Amino acid sequence: MAHTAIELNGISKSFGAVHANRNIDLKITAGTIHGIIGENGAGKSTLMSILYGFYQADSGRIQVAGKPASIKTPSAAIALGIGMVHQHFMLVENFTVLENVMLGAEGEALLNTSIAKARDELERLERDYGLEVDPDALIEDLPVGLQQRVEILKALYRGADILILDEPTGVLTPAEADHLFRILRQLKEEGKTVILITHKLREIMAITDNVSVMRQGAMVATRKTAETTVEELAELMVGRHVLLRVEKGEGRAGDVMLSVKNLTVKDSRGVTMVDDVSFDVRAGEIVGIAGVAGNGQSQLLEAITGVRQAVSGTVTLDGTPVELTGEADPVDLRKRGMAHVPEDRHHVGLVLPFEENENAMLGYHWQDKYLKGPLLDIEAIRDDARRKIEKYDIRPADCRLKTANFSGGNQQKIVLAREMEQDPKVLIVGQPTRGVDVGAIEFIHRRLIDMRDQGKAVLLVSVELDEIRSLSDRILVMFAGRVVGERGPEATEGELGLLMAGVEKKEAAE
Amino acid sequence: MDFFTTLILVLDSTVRLSVPLLLAALAGLYSERSGVFDIGLEGKMLAGAFAAGAAAAVTGSAWAGLGAAVLVSVFLALVHGFASITHRGNQIVSGVAINFIAAGATIILGQAWFRQGGRTPSLPGDARFGALHLPFADTLRDVPFLGPIYAELISGHSLLVYLAFLFVPFTWWVLFRTRFGLRLRAVGENPAAVDTAGISVSWLRYRAVMCTGLLTGLAGTYLSLAQNAGFVKDMTAGRGFIALAALIFAKWRPVPVMFACLLFGFLDAFAIRIQGTPLPLIGQVPVQLMQALPYILTVVLLAGFIGKAIPPRAGGVPYVKER
Amino acid sequence: MSAPYAKLPAWADYGLIPLINLAVAFLVAGLVVMLVGENPIRAAAILVEGALGRGQNIAYTLYYATSFIFTGLAVAVAFHCSLFNIGGEGQAYVGGLGVALVCLAFDSVLPWWLVFPLAIAGAALFGAAWAFIPAYFQAKRGSHIVITTIMFNFIAASLMVYLLVNVLKPAGSQAPQTRTFLEGGQLPKLNFVLEALGFSVRSAPFNLSFLLALLAAFLVWVLIWRTRLGYEIRMRGFSPKAARYAGVSETKIIIIAMLISGALAGMMALNPVMGDQNRLQMDFVTGAGFVGIAVALMGRSHPAGIVPAAILFGMLYQGGAELAFEMPNISRDMIVIIQGLVILFAGALENMFRPSVQALFASLSPQAAGVEARQGEGG
Repeated sequence: MAHTAIELNGISKSFGAVHANRNIDLKITAGTIHGIIGENGAGKSTLMSILYGFYQADSGRIQVAGKPASIKTPSAAIALGIGMVHQHFMLVENFTVLENVMLGAEGEALLNTSIAKARDELERLERDYGLEVDPDALIEDLPVGLQQRVEILKALYRGADILILDEPTGVLTPAEADHLFRILRQLKEEGKTVILITHKLREIMAITDNVSVMRQGAMVATRKTAETTVEELAELMVGRHVLLRVEKGEGRAGDVMLSVKNLTVKDSRGVTMVDDVSFDVRAGEIVGIAGVAGNGQSQLLEAITGVRQAVSGTVTLDGTPVELTGEADPVDLRKRGMAHVPEDRHHVGLVLPFEENENAMLGYHWQDKYLKGPLLDIEAIRDDARRKIEKYDIRPADCRLKTANFSGGNQQKIVLAREMEQDPKVLIVGQPTRGVDVGAIEFIHRRLIDMRDQGKAVLLVSVELDEIRSLSDRILVMFAGRVVGERGPEATEGELGLLMAGVEKKEAAE
Repeated sequence: MDFFTTLILVLDSTVRLSVPLLLAALAGLYSERSGVFDIGLEGKMLAGAFAAGAAAAVTGSAWAGLGAAVLVSVFLALVHGFASITHRGNQIVSGVAINFIAAGATIILGQAWFRQGGRTPSLPGDARFGALHLPFADTLRDVPFLGPIYAELISGHSLLVYLAFLFVPFTWWVLFRTRFGLRLRAVGENPAAVDTAGISVSWLRYRAVMCTGLLTGLAGTYLSLAQNAGFVKDMTAGRGFIALAALIFAKWRPVPVMFACLLFGFLDAFAIRIQGTPLPLIGQVPVQLMQALPYILTVVLLAGFIGKAIPPRAGGVPYVKER
Repeated sequence: MSAPYAKLPAWADYGLIPLINLAVAFLVAGLVVMLVGENPIRAAAILVEGALGRGQNIAYTLYYATSFIFTGLAVAVAFHCSLFNIGGEGQAYVGGLGVALVCLAFDSVLPWWLVFPLAIAGAALFGAAWAFIPAYFQAKRGSHIVITTIMFNFIAASLMVYLLVNVLKPAGSQAPQTRTFLEGGQLPKLNFVLEALGFSVRSAPFNLSFLLALLAAFLVWVLIWRTRLGYEIRMRGFSPKAARYAGVSETKIIIIAMLISGALAGMMALNPVMGDQNRLQMDFVTGAGFVGIAVALMGRSHPAGIVPAAILFGMLYQGGAELAFEMPNISRDMIVIIQGLVILFAGALENMFRPSVQALFASLSPQAAGVEARQGEGG
């Protein structure tokens, strides 16, 4: 007999002028896996944080197991049997697994006896749920998949009956994600309730019993997963029929402008993130790199654009080699015609406290047109910014406004305007539409196609498969640091999905 | 004087000189381990020394002095907490502010209340923490080798000296064997983990800075009621910063903190001892070099030439819930 | 991660809130005055009178302010690069060595107006050199610059005592100081300017380096807001990742910013060493390096704020000296308390009154609040 685990009525929450949640109703049946899906910024995480007592709702009621509940702190949520696995793990890196698991649930004030008890309990949980992990391992030594396992154990250790997972697969390889899903199914069999927050339709279809869709802070629909389709959910998510394909003509690929050969890159911890990658990008084509986040795309972009040092390999830009392993110099690359729209515009592509005009020249501030002798030419800088604001329809049209005060879409336009207006030979673009509203997405896609049609070589990295498929002339798929396949734009989602999951290695890149 | 006697004397003054450093460094350990940097140890110690001197002068009781010192130091620690925990202010700025407030206020109040040029009145023995003579110190004095060590080096210190050294294992025990310690270490590394585990980050950090206040109060008390007979203006003379250096030098761990403080205390004692006398092989060592050595060593350590001092990861960063 | 505060009009942000903070700092200082049994209002009156009452006093006020402009600018330049330089005290002390060496070498052969530029270079060079090591360790090895600059203050103190006692002290002299500079090592006084304005000045150390300080303030403004280097310094100060993306070498920019900061702190030494005492003495900096922190915080790291803040602290120093005469219970150390309180309220607690001010503004005009909350999407 299915009873209700959680019932939310009229939950609203604002941050300043932003309504993160508006009047949300939600009913979650005990013993099911309930998906909550929505675009970035739809308010999913906020809603779950309210349920976990991390934030306070401005209004609305929460019932847990049929009883009204006031969840003011995470400890109140824990006491009600609610556990949460956050998108960014809440672990103490230099603590052991055991210490992390018992933190906040130690029992007595002295650790002597409680440690032994906690160890027994942890080992029992590991056995019961098949979640093996060494209790004495330090978190910082564990791969992400195991760290996530520790988070789940933490929740179970606190006696969670209801487990919330916030975008749990964002950092996982497909194999790790599959393993996670097996664990979640097992938890369900044990009678636990699982709430899965994601923006990936595939996951919803694969594992949930019910799914609720959020859009712009509101709950727009709840469906039985078996009775809905990907198309319906996608439409509910964005609110109108999505135009997945961007209108574009046939590409006319010209000379090789960017050539990457045997590139290997390590991250700051010394882990190989890009492993012997080679590919070319020609003038007048968009090459898309698809892949699950964390498979080396970020490091690839950083190495090509001179932000991160590579270990070995060569990159040739318009016929001349690029210094990769020494002191990388992004300015030199810009001078030679490479423009770069970085993945993280908040911390990398823009300086948010700067005025808009100061960001409109970021990275190009050495150019003569911005300088007057030893000084900055303030008038020229502002005129240049105003020109870009007009051309790219950036709103509000005020070049003296602090960049932080622009919306995500307009911030991205500031970056695009800056990079595209340099008339580059090669344009490197990372996650161009992340956290950007739908209207701006169309604009950005249009501009990227225009760049291609003007004969630029465009390298596009995105975790949004639809974006890759609708824009690219050729698609490379990255998995575990390697390019595991190349396909044309006609490739199906299923085909690419398999490659992204690391299957079909035999048909690797030519 | 033979070498052995000299050594005992130097080591004896090493112990005396390292005690204020030890108490202050352990004080800083609680705060910094919880993620609240504290460069205001100097000021809190100074204010504590003044409060102890003033209260002992008025009441004639060393214990009243101690109580006043702890109250005042804890109050200043709470001001630091208020700025850096509640209002998420810059912890460095707040620490600097507290140092100045203490430096100025101790002189102004001392002059206004006692009119001795910023000193507190010289204290009689009862109002101080005098030397404790351990059992049999005198009878064992003549035992060769061990006798002088026991009688001179181990016996004959004030209560606060023994207390300071007891605080070393105690702090270790608190940090690594209690629930409070586990949480304290966690909140200095990743406050969000503590918050989502259902523990209040603010309250935990407030408790940590109160521990800091308590111990800086003891350090100040030692200066004015044990090492000296009353408060003298600026009597901490940079010890709060040497303590900070020792804390970094020891990589924020209790037992190494003790050794670092003993090392810095020894440098000080040695510098006083050899003043003007040339050393074999090296020749005359400028006393200023000896005085600067703790700071130089700390810089060298921080630069990673002798191991690496990695501070608590969340140190210096106010905790704001992520959105 | 978005700014938790709604937007305020610029005049409230840069004028009203700092003023409230300052007022609270002085209010608490007033409480201390009451605590020692004096009347705070009378104390304030004596202080202002002592600072500005006569030409003599104004000259002293400006003399102190000169030092604080330099050290305030030093702290501010580092702040713009997100570096906290607490080492102004030591850099100024070592800067004095640069001034003294130039003066001792040339004071008998060159006129002051030729020695002055050399002394400026000496001060800046030595101050910058003292900032270089902490800067290098921060840039290359990640040592926390706050701690290293504190340590370098103490190391500077020991070094200077050693040099004064063992190297620079003239033979046969007892005091640990250099010989007095000849005329070539003495800066002209500016007291005549005040006299021309109708004030009478008997003798005061107000000297030419004041104009240099004003010039430095202007040049710092140009540097930070009107040059490529300043733009890069601010870029790294706000966002090291963005600076890296833009091709700004973090190592280079940290070191340059700290060298400029150290040079400005070092130039502070010109004022007392060449402008007043005409010899290098022990502890001539007397806390001016630390006052720079308060001045920079109060002036919000902008020269247009730093100069008035420095003059205010000059008034406190000069007026405080007069106050100590008039009120037996108050000594000049009162200024140290005020300095601490200003640092506390204008620095560490700068946002304490912001929510209430914002609430006030929001209730006055609801649409003005809440504009600045758009940056935290995703999640």
